[in-house]
Amino acid sequence: MNWHRYASPANFKRLSDRLLPWAAGGAALFLAAGVWSGLVVSPADYQQGETVRIMYVHVPAAWMSMFVYANMAVAAAAALVWRHPLAEVAGRAIAPVGAAFTFLCLVTGSLWGKPMWGTWWVWDARLTSVLILFFVYLAYMALNAAFDEPERGARASAVLALVGAINLPVIKFSVDWWNTLHQPASVTRLDAPAIDPSMLAPLLAMAIGFTLFFVAVAFVRIRAELVERRLEALRHARVAGEAAAERT
Amino acid sequence: MMAAFLDMGGYAAFVWPAWLLSAAILVAVSVSSVRRLRALERELAEAEGGRDPHS
Repeated sequence: MNWHRYASPANFKRLSDRLLPWAAGGAALFLAAGVWSGLVVSPADYQQGETVRIMYVHVPAAWMSMFVYANMAVAAAAALVWRHPLAEVAGRAIAPVGAAFTFLCLVTGSLWGKPMWGTWWVWDARLTSVLILFFVYLAYMALNAAFDEPERGARASAVLALVGAINLPVIKFSVDWWNTLHQPASVTRLDAPAIDPSMLAPLLAMAIGFTLFFVAVAFVRIRAELVERRLEALRHARVAGEAAAERT
Repeated sequence: MMAAFLDMGGYAAFVWPAWLLSAAILVAVSVSSVRRLRALERELAEAEGGRDPHS
């Protein structure tokens, strides 16, 4: 057995023990601030009225759907190139979280589109590319779990994660490249954000809260994957031991 | 005052489901993740059967 491979999971356990309370506590704090400022303090929009409050959950969910995927793609590259044991479990651990954020983005976008655009859904570039992102998450999870040997599933799904990363710039620039009902970027642009500070504050609070939430959940889920791998190794060792005992 | 807040300028049917679904998803993801970790750690403790976990 290749014991040095387990050195970094052990380090990860120490690191996550130390950082998890801070990430979880920070997430609770920023989400609470975001809920208060987003629902109570911030004003209604002069055009969109109170529906603008959907932005404070929709936009952070959309950012997270892409941020989690970017993490997954980096983990996939590290898993394929270096066969890093932590990277192999990281993608599998965070994919369902990314899928959940993407689902939330799609549903809240639909709930915002109906009153503002007059439709729940249009097949335009932004909405379609995000729907594809959701399906890529599902395909990744299915492929990852499709093999008896977890290693093979990890490699196959890592390739899929890398290929699917092409979709990220497509999503980001879809509002510039194609005509769409969806509005262009108003925060992440080169000049100053085109959004009033009274609305930017709750948006950023929610975005930081979502990010810290993801970090905390990722720590927990990667820990669970590492424990599961250890359990599988124990089972294999036991079966191998019994087989050896029968031969003698 | 409270009724006006809940009414969300007539958009209650869109604003509240968006926020409630967000809360539900965050709770579901965090609770299920922590539960799974705890269950697996229990299973590992049993499988290792009191042996030194680092051996």
